[in-house]
Amino acid sequence: MRAEGRFSEAGELVCPAGTPAALRTAVDAGADSVYCGFRNATNARNFPGLNFSPEELEASVAYAHQRGAKVLLALNTYPPAGKVDLWRDAAAIAARVGVDACIVADMGVAQHIATNHPSLRLHLSVQAAASSPEAIRYYCQNFGVKRVVLPRILTIPEIRAIKQEIPCEIETFIFGNHGLMVEGRCSLTNWMTGESTNMDGVCSPAAKVTYEEDADGALRSCLGGVTIDSFAPGETAGYPTICKGRYTAPHRPEGYYAFEEPVSLNLSRLLPDLMEAGVHAFKIEGRQRSKSYVRKVVGSFREAVDAIRAGATPDLADLVALTEGQKETQGAFKTKKWR
Amino acid sequence: MTDATTHRPASRWPIFPTAPVRALLQPVLARVVRRIARRHPEMFARIAPYQQADFLIVARELPFALHLRPDPEQPVFRAVPRYPLPDHDARIEGPFMLLLNLVDGEDDGDAAFFSRDLVISGNTEAVVSLRNALDDVDGSIAQETADLFGPPGRAVLGVLRRRSGT
Repeated sequence: MRAEGRFSEAGELVCPAGTPAALRTAVDAGADSVYCGFRNATNARNFPGLNFSPEELEASVAYAHQRGAKVLLALNTYPPAGKVDLWRDAAAIAARVGVDACIVADMGVAQHIATNHPSLRLHLSVQAAASSPEAIRYYCQNFGVKRVVLPRILTIPEIRAIKQEIPCEIETFIFGNHGLMVEGRCSLTNWMTGESTNMDGVCSPAAKVTYEEDADGALRSCLGGVTIDSFAPGETAGYPTICKGRYTAPHRPEGYYAFEEPVSLNLSRLLPDLMEAGVHAFKIEGRQRSKSYVRKVVGSFREAVDAIRAGATPDLADLVALTEGQKETQGAFKTKKWR
Repeated sequence: MTDATTHRPASRWPIFPTAPVRALLQPVLARVVRRIARRHPEMFARIAPYQQADFLIVARELPFALHLRPDPEQPVFRAVPRYPLPDHDARIEGPFMLLLNLVDGEDDGDAAFFSRDLVISGNTEAVVSLRNALDDVDGSIAQETADLFGPPGRAVLGVLRRRSGT
C-alpha cells in the first residue's frame, strides 16, 4: 500500500490520534494522514492509557488505507545508550504492518531504519530541532529523509528561504500546543521530575501532576510537588508544563509567564501564505486530546484546505474553545515579536 | 487517598439524606456497569494500572456522587453521599451533561479543564488513564445505557440532550 505518489499533493493534512478510535475519527473527518505512536517510550506522547498496541496499529493502518489515508508512526524519542531494542522492535513492526512513514528524531534510529527497512519513508521530527538548511540537508543526504517537520520558531519568509535550499518536503504545525523550548533539547521536565521528555516521552508526567483547588476557588497546578501556576477563580487554565508556568522574580513579584503563557497555535489565517512559501504538509498537534477535539479541528481544517485549493476564501471555524488557556497565537510564523 | 472533607458543597443542594434515592439507584447502576464491562472489555486494558482505583464522579446538579472502580471482574458503580465524600483516589467534578458528553466522546476534557468547567483532584494519572480508556470506546455509552431501559430510558436521554443542546 505504500507509495511515494500518495504523498504528492501539497496541503496534506496531518492529524493526531492517541487511540484507534481517534484515528478512525481523524480519517472520517478528512485527514490525509494520521500520526500515532506505540504505548511505550518510543514516542513523545507516552501518556497513561494512550497510544497503540502493535495489533491496534495494524488494524488502524488497514482502516486508513481502505479510505485513502496514510499512517505515520512517531518514533521520535532518543533511545538511551545501549537500550535500543524498543526502537528496533517498533521499526520492525512499522515495516511489517505497512506504516507509510516513520517520524524520527534520533540519528541512530534514522540510520537503523534507512539500513534495515529501506522501504520505510523517513520524516524528520520536530524533536530533531532542525531549523537550518545545513542541518536539514544533513539528514536528507545521510538517512534519506523525505520530509522535515520544522520547529515553531521560524517566520514564513524564513521558511520560504529554507525551502529553496533543501531537497525535501516541509511540514509545519498549524494548530495546537505552542511549545517553544528548543524541541528535542528541553530538559525542564527532567530537571523537575527525573523523567525525560526526550527519552521517556513524557513532558510533565501525569503521575507527578496534582491540582489543588483552594477554598476560594483558585486552582493550583503542581508538578513534582512544586506549584507552577495558580489560576484565580474563573481564570482560564493551561497545561501543567514548566514552560507555561507563572513565576515570581525580584522584578516581577506579582508572578509572570517567564517562557510562554498558556496559549495555542492557530495558523488557520496563514494557510495560503504557508502553501505559497512551499509548505507541503500541515500538522495538527494533539495526540493527547479527545476524539471530540480531533473531529472538530480536523473537520475545520479539512474545509479550510479544500476551500483554498478551490481558490475560495476559507470559512474558518472558531476553535478558540479548544485552545489552551482559551487563547490563540500565530507565534513566530507571523512575527518573532509575538510576545 | 485524598482528604474527602475539603470539597465545597454544591450550592443547589442543601444537605439532606439521600439514602433512599441511592438505595433505589444501586441495582440500576450495578446493571449498567456490568453491561458496559461486558460490551467493552478492551477499555479495561487502557486503564490496567488503575483497575482497583476508586474514582468519585461528582455531577454538580446531583445530590449524591458516583463511585466507580473499573475492575473488569467486579466493576463497582454506585451512588454515594456527597457530604462527606468517601475516601477516593481521584475526583472528577463538573456539570452533569458535560460529564455525560465526556463519557461519550462528544466534548473534550482538556478544553473543559481549560475553561474550568471540569475540576479534577487526587491521582491525575488515574484520571488521564480513565479519560483515554473511555475515549477509545466507539459509540455512545449513554445511548447504550438508555437502551438498557427501553423507550423510557431513551426518552430520558433525549430530554437531557435537548436541554443541553447536544
